[in-house]
Amino acid sequence: MITTTAIESTAELTEQERAQAARLDAVWSEPRGFWGWFKAVHHTTIGKRYAVTAFIFFLLAGLLAGGMRLQLAFPEAHVLSNDLYNQFFTMHGSTMMFLFAVPMMFEALSVYFVPLMVGTRNIAFPRLNAYSYYLYLFGGLMFYIAFLCNTGADRGWFSYVPLAGPDYGPGKRPDFWAQLITFTEVSGLAVAVETIVTVFKLRAPGMSLNRIPIFVWGQVVVAFMVIFSLPGVVLSSTMLLLDRTCNTQLFNPAVGGDVLLYQHLFWWFGHPEVYIIFIPGTAVISTIVTTFCRRHAFGYLVLVLSLVATGFMAFGLWVHHMFATGIPQIAESYFTAASMMIAIPTGAQIFCWIATMATGKVVLKTPMWWALGFFFTFIMGGMTGIFVASVPVDLQIHDTYFVVAHFHYVLIGGAVFPLFGAISYWFPKVTGRMLSETLGQITFWLFFVGFNITFFPMHLVGIRGMPRRVYTYPPNMGWTTLNQIESLGYVLLFIAVCVFLANVSRSLKTGSLAGPNPWKAGTLEWATTSPPPHYNFLHLPTVNGREALWDAAPNQPVVIGLDEDARSFLTTRTLDAEPEGRDEFPRPSIWPFLAAIATSIAFIGSIFTPWGITIGAIPVAITMIGWFWPERQPAERRRAREIWQSE
Amino acid sequence: MMRLAATTLLLCACAFAGCKREQRVFDPGSSGSQIANGVAVNEVHAGGSVSIPEHGPYEESAYAVGEGKRLFSAFNCAGCHNHGGGGIGPALMDAKWIYGSHPEQIYSTIVQGRPNGMPSFAGKIPDYQVWELVAYVRSLSGQLPTDVAPGRSDEIQVKKAEQAKKKEHSPDQNPQKIQKGQP
Amino acid sequence: MILVHVPGFPGNQTSLNPVGPGAERIEGEFALIFWITAIVYCLVLIALVVYVLRRRHSLNIMPEPMPTTPQSDRWAKVAVSGAMVVTVLLLFIMMIGSFVTGHALGNMNRETAYTIDVYGHQWWWEVHYPNDEPDKTVVTANEIHVPLGVPLRIHGTSRDVIHSFWAPNVQGKRDLMPGYETDVMMQIDQPGRWRGQCAEYCGEQHAHMSFYMVAEPGPQFQQWLSQQAASSVPPSTPQAVRGQQVFLGHACVMCHTVRGTPAGSRVGPDLTHVASRSTIAAGLLPNTIGNLGGWILNAQSIKPGCRMPPNHMTGSELQDLLAYLETLK
Repeated sequence: MITTTAIESTAELTEQERAQAARLDAVWSEPRGFWGWFKAVHHTTIGKRYAVTAFIFFLLAGLLAGGMRLQLAFPEAHVLSNDLYNQFFTMHGSTMMFLFAVPMMFEALSVYFVPLMVGTRNIAFPRLNAYSYYLYLFGGLMFYIAFLCNTGADRGWFSYVPLAGPDYGPGKRPDFWAQLITFTEVSGLAVAVETIVTVFKLRAPGMSLNRIPIFVWGQVVVAFMVIFSLPGVVLSSTMLLLDRTCNTQLFNPAVGGDVLLYQHLFWWFGHPEVYIIFIPGTAVISTIVTTFCRRHAFGYLVLVLSLVATGFMAFGLWVHHMFATGIPQIAESYFTAASMMIAIPTGAQIFCWIATMATGKVVLKTPMWWALGFFFTFIMGGMTGIFVASVPVDLQIHDTYFVVAHFHYVLIGGAVFPLFGAISYWFPKVTGRMLSETLGQITFWLFFVGFNITFFPMHLVGIRGMPRRVYTYPPNMGWTTLNQIESLGYVLLFIAVCVFLANVSRSLKTGSLAGPNPWKAGTLEWATTSPPPHYNFLHLPTVNGREALWDAAPNQPVVIGLDEDARSFLTTRTLDAEPEGRDEFPRPSIWPFLAAIATSIAFIGSIFTPWGITIGAIPVAITMIGWFWPERQPAERRRAREIWQSE
Repeated sequence: MMRLAATTLLLCACAFAGCKREQRVFDPGSSGSQIANGVAVNEVHAGGSVSIPEHGPYEESAYAVGEGKRLFSAFNCAGCHNHGGGGIGPALMDAKWIYGSHPEQIYSTIVQGRPNGMPSFAGKIPDYQVWELVAYVRSLSGQLPTDVAPGRSDEIQVKKAEQAKKKEHSPDQNPQKIQKGQP
Repeated sequence: MILVHVPGFPGNQTSLNPVGPGAERIEGEFALIFWITAIVYCLVLIALVVYVLRRRHSLNIMPEPMPTTPQSDRWAKVAVSGAMVVTVLLLFIMMIGSFVTGHALGNMNRETAYTIDVYGHQWWWEVHYPNDEPDKTVVTANEIHVPLGVPLRIHGTSRDVIHSFWAPNVQGKRDLMPGYETDVMMQIDQPGRWRGQCAEYCGEQHAHMSFYMVAEPGPQFQQWLSQQAASSVPPSTPQAVRGQQVFLGHACVMCHTVRGTPAGSRVGPDLTHVASRSTIAAGLLPNTIGNLGGWILNAQSIKPGCRMPPNHMTGSELQDLLAYLETLK
């Protein structure tokens, strides 16, 4: 008996299949109880935790933005003191960039969906995955507890020296910022490695490179970008910490240090960072457009190559954040050219999506509304990006509200709109219930209108000369009315998010049951129940085309023969996904959690004394030893079954 | 329940520790900004009692100590004391205190002036700024905790950062034991 | 630009009201990019809306996925390729425009430009007018007079953290960084007071670090310059004399210079000609008796975190001091 990849519902399972499901369940179920929560290693569990945590940080940063908008609603207002406002905007930016955008767009989406979309049972290196989540959580908690103790970072989300340096940044505020970087970047690097290995080695048989879903391509490109860009900020933040606590002179101009070095290192990371946030957004849009236009995405090759090209080109733009520092004209010209040329692959993607819509059947459900909102918003941001790419124009609008408008249009348009689209698209898969379509549309329109009311006037107020990062402004500058409009727009955004939360909480309890594939989509995550069982697929699928379910043959084979008494998985070749070998995933373990605690102690200790790292390394070593301690039974089993890679 | 209690306790501990260090008082109020004219260094007063100006949490606030460091250069203390090593004036980073190392004693030294060249700054510096200077001067000899004392300055380095300075113990902190029976 | 003619659009501190060649060239490139991107944006979105409306599927159930035919994909290929060609072309036009503008700005560099030194402080601007004859060097703060129609070189650095010198009506901004000396060329062709503001986050009072560039015709400028170079005139009225005593006897001398008196500290702005400036506190307050009095008594309540401490004095001391400061023209 050969079953097909497209499973309709559990009711159609045969007796044999039910028994198989029970066996798989016994091996793959997540541990129960209080300590069981800390031992979980399945990617769907960790992915959900990433998503919920990141969304909570999104809400916190949104509340901070509300405080800022209230303070800016009136000239020379006293809602927030200057010190508090400086903390607010720094916390808002740092939270959005480090604790929400990357963890949600890259880590949450990648961890949850990439293994499902490539047709395997878990993400590569599951315990590392758990460890990365705990580090992220502890880093965020540290940052906010510090904020509650009046030690919130207050030097901007980029924390330039010398303002954040030892001479001009008294206390420990910049140190907590620097360690937030350390936590979140270790976390991001771990997920990047897992993503790449999962996509290169764990794909379903038949999923050759040209059949990998565009969503997965996007996440792989982002994973590589993470690996190459994050070291820049790890370096700059560690150097900042060293200058502040260890008497180093790295950024001390008086003795040969250089304040611009900090900027180069930071923006080497900082520019790819925004593409790390944006590319998953485009990956989501490709997915939604495909599903809701009922046809394969037009221009698969162009779309994938655009993702790769964007990934490469993103590394050649970083100096455009430093145009005002007085760089030589030749450098200005190069970075202007590169910054404008990156619009080419992005433009290609946009035209391909519009072509898909123009030749498909457009179904206007909530996810598609968010995708349309993406077009209106992100493209506007892309257009203003050309303004800031041009050096002469940038010299006028840099560090004004024009830039604030630009990046909110590209980041909210390019990431948050796709994110809400992704949530409304995949909520049925993750929870098994449908979101309310009516509430979804209300959320969309409130958010879309509110967003434009809040951020469009910022273009104008920036051209009228209002700089960034100002806690207030004089009354007769012509900025007051525009600021008030912006602050009123925030109210709509707030209400929109409230409606969204109400939709989610209601649907969790009383939403209609979703079934495995309510959107009749084509990718592999829809080939299993909603929510997926802990073994992901009853039968590991094989793939016959770019949209696995749409292109499946009438008798599309499944994978058989893997041992069912251990967490077995199949490895396949990188290029053509022919089966190559098998291995076993590790079982749930408490060691990732303990290692994360030890690492956090080392990181937080080093804020107060350099010995923090040295002495803190000891518990880390102990927990790592516990983590990697070999287990006799699994090792013997593997030897007995001759499990090793690549014959 | 236990978890909640433990977490709350930890948060309170952090809050307590962080609060003082990160305190930034820009406007010290009318008492703090009175021009400095002097403070009693003991409790003996002729006539009625004298109100002692509040010298606030300056030694516990990193911002205040940082301000003291800025004022140390701005008011040219470095002209005589250099950056703590002394020159025309005595060193401030050692264990030797001619006129005492307690905050009130340093305050008096600055405000009253001292023989052999220490000017009196009475009437020239507001009270709270004197206390900031006092806090900084004490940090020069390592009296302040590491997280409050300033880091290295953005200048040519002539000494370790105050936060890296080993704590010097002045003589009045280690009084000699009086032998029994001796006058 | 249209926007300038919108009623209520302020003319000061905006790049869309250029008063010199620098800002003018930039505005030209801004307009080029604006029109191209606005038209492209509208066209793309109209296409999007049209196709969505045309291809919209109205039934409530998800239709089966469509097979893709070479037919439909052929014209889509042509359309997308065409759109890409147009995109690349337009990007090149805007890029060349940017290079031309940048080149023109670079060509403003003149050997004979009039040099003014600007030093960024937290949170005010120290301004020097260097001169080969030392007794003609001018030191002032926050208000930068310049001769009209003459190439200027602003030579800048910072005395502490990174600041950014930005007068949008005149020229693009330039960061002032410790350890770096930078030159930015400017020229103002319209007389007037053109407001600028620090454009790089520099700490607690970044929001209140502004300056004015005052462009006046050559002779007027020279007159201002020689007046600024002169020492302060000794006070003549009894009240002003008492005021000078207040100045010298209080904390003022710890930070401020008034040339012609023993006060010579360089921590705060030079006050030798403070009464000739139109604003105080780095462009924050108009220079009136009331504002000056309030600023002296408690600057922290106006600009919390700034370097000026509150100053206690009796009412009559304050009046005398203000009378003295008024003589420092």
